Amino acid sequence: MVRQRIPAVEGWFTLDAARPALLGTRCKACGTIFFPREESFCRNPACSSTEFEELELSRRGRLWSYTNNAYPPPAPYVSPSDPYEPFAIAAVELEREKMVVLGQVVAGVSVEDLEVGMEMELVLDRLSEDESHEYVVWKWRPAEA
Amino acid sequence: MAAGEVAILGVGMHPWGKWGRNFVEYGVAAARAALADAGVAWQDVQLVAGGETIRNGYPGYVAGASIAQALGWNGAQIGTSYGACASGSQAIVLARAQILAGLCDVALVVGADTTPKGFFAPAGSGDRTKDPDWLRFRLLGATNPVYFGLYARRRMDLYGDSEEDFAKVKVKNSRAGAANPNARYRQTYTVEEVLASPMVSDPLRLLQICATSDGGAALVLSSLAFARRHTTKPVTIAAVSTVTPRFPQTVIEMPNFATDSAATLRVPDVGFRDSIAKAAYEQAGLGPEDMDVAEVYDLSSALELDWYENIGFTKPGEAARLLRSGATALGGKRPVNPSGGLGAFGEAIPAQAIAQVCELTWQLRGQATGRQVAGARAGITANQGLFGHGSSVIVKA
Repeated sequence: MVRQRIPAVEGWFTLDAARPALLGTRCKACGTIFFPREESFCRNPACSSTEFEELELSRRGRLWSYTNNAYPPPAPYVSPSDPYEPFAIAAVELEREKMVVLGQVVAGVSVEDLEVGMEMELVLDRLSEDESHEYVVWKWRPAEA
Repeated sequence: MAAGEVAILGVGMHPWGKWGRNFVEYGVAAARAALADAGVAWQDVQLVAGGETIRNGYPGYVAGASIAQALGWNGAQIGTSYGACASGSQAIVLARAQILAGLCDVALVVGADTTPKGFFAPAGSGDRTKDPDWLRFRLLGATNPVYFGLYARRRMDLYGDSEEDFAKVKVKNSRAGAANPNARYRQTYTVEEVLASPMVSDPLRLLQICATSDGGAALVLSSLAFARRHTTKPVTIAAVSTVTPRFPQTVIEMPNFATDSAATLRVPDVGFRDSIAKAAYEQAGLGPEDMDVAEVYDLSSALELDWYENIGFTKPGEAARLLRSGATALGGKRPVNPSGGLGAFGEAIPAQAIAQVCELTWQLRGQATGRQVAGARAGITANQGLFGHGSSVIVKA
């Protein structure tokens, strides 16, 4: 049976398989960028705007810090493998947006392979699956040259 | 501007542990201990300020009332406050403001918790796809120790701190906790033992991450005029800070997916954790140099080092050096976490910020048997939790 591939959360990233990007918003009045998307009220304390436009965030950034989950996180996390496989988590600093965005690191890349400052890029990958769906999420991996 | 002071007439705790009983029991035990310590009758308490516990159902959401009912309704004003790890401080804020406003003379502040085993998971049930605290587990598997691990690795990269430095914090706090009858963990550890414990969130191991605990803590606070009728020289609260971050907050906060963007706005001059202590110092009209002792939130051993810098005990990047010098150990120039800290207690969320004040009170009264900081005259607490909550309390002899 073929599982339907759907985003694990609606509207947070594009589904472009080759060049996926996180989707944020930008305040139309003050230009402040938000991720996850802010669509109600601008959070710049000096701005009272309620209008936003969508924008794609940079697909690459520098590794700000990293860690891993040696033990399975509690629900609602769903492990994609049984037995559980530890996975790394990256905090990546986007230069243009001047913000740090978290994400899982793709399977097969462990904390031993990571170093603060290295260039990372965004990919889409399987988060988990059930009988009829494969849930897709953004992840980070060391950038290819 | 120096704020008005309130007196700490009494302090009390129910020992931390994994007792598995109703949180109200710990709250009542702590409250009765604090009232006895104060020499104040329960019937004379005019305000009960409780810290909310979100993992114990409706009685937890109204913890002040639940504990007041268990003590026997006495007609006091009632309130319950929530501020994540700073919930206890929010309850102190309520009591202090009422006393300073002249609306009451004597108040009971109490927090207690019963915690589940293992990692904290989102409170409540069901899929909540708009709730960042639910989504961070679902999409990232980002437990609280994941954030602690990110901060710890960042210190290693920025300042050259080592895993051994982090282990030394646990060793120090385990020695202090061994002397504290209210601590959950009374065992002492060596650096080797800490570094041999299982990895949880690299570079942090099991013995470097605070557990979730049951416990209760209480304070009896009063106006200075009321205190003069009960005691000669009470310890006082000179400041309570519960400030939010300022936008853009450029350090990743639990339970967020990203920092604020600093692309179009100037980054605040003072970072969030620094600003928590700074606001307290300004209220008290005191500075770090006036402090003899501190109780800080070592959710991880590495985070204790961050706090040395955030409360101004040393400059950014110098915390590991301060630790290695022995200055922050019992017997050192300025001990930090003489109670044993969260490393020896684990976290009983709404009780923890109150417990920090209990410890400083015992220290300033010279009653911290086996872990006394000699001649302590003033101390500071600091803590931080989810959703931009943090607190700092300054206590004076």
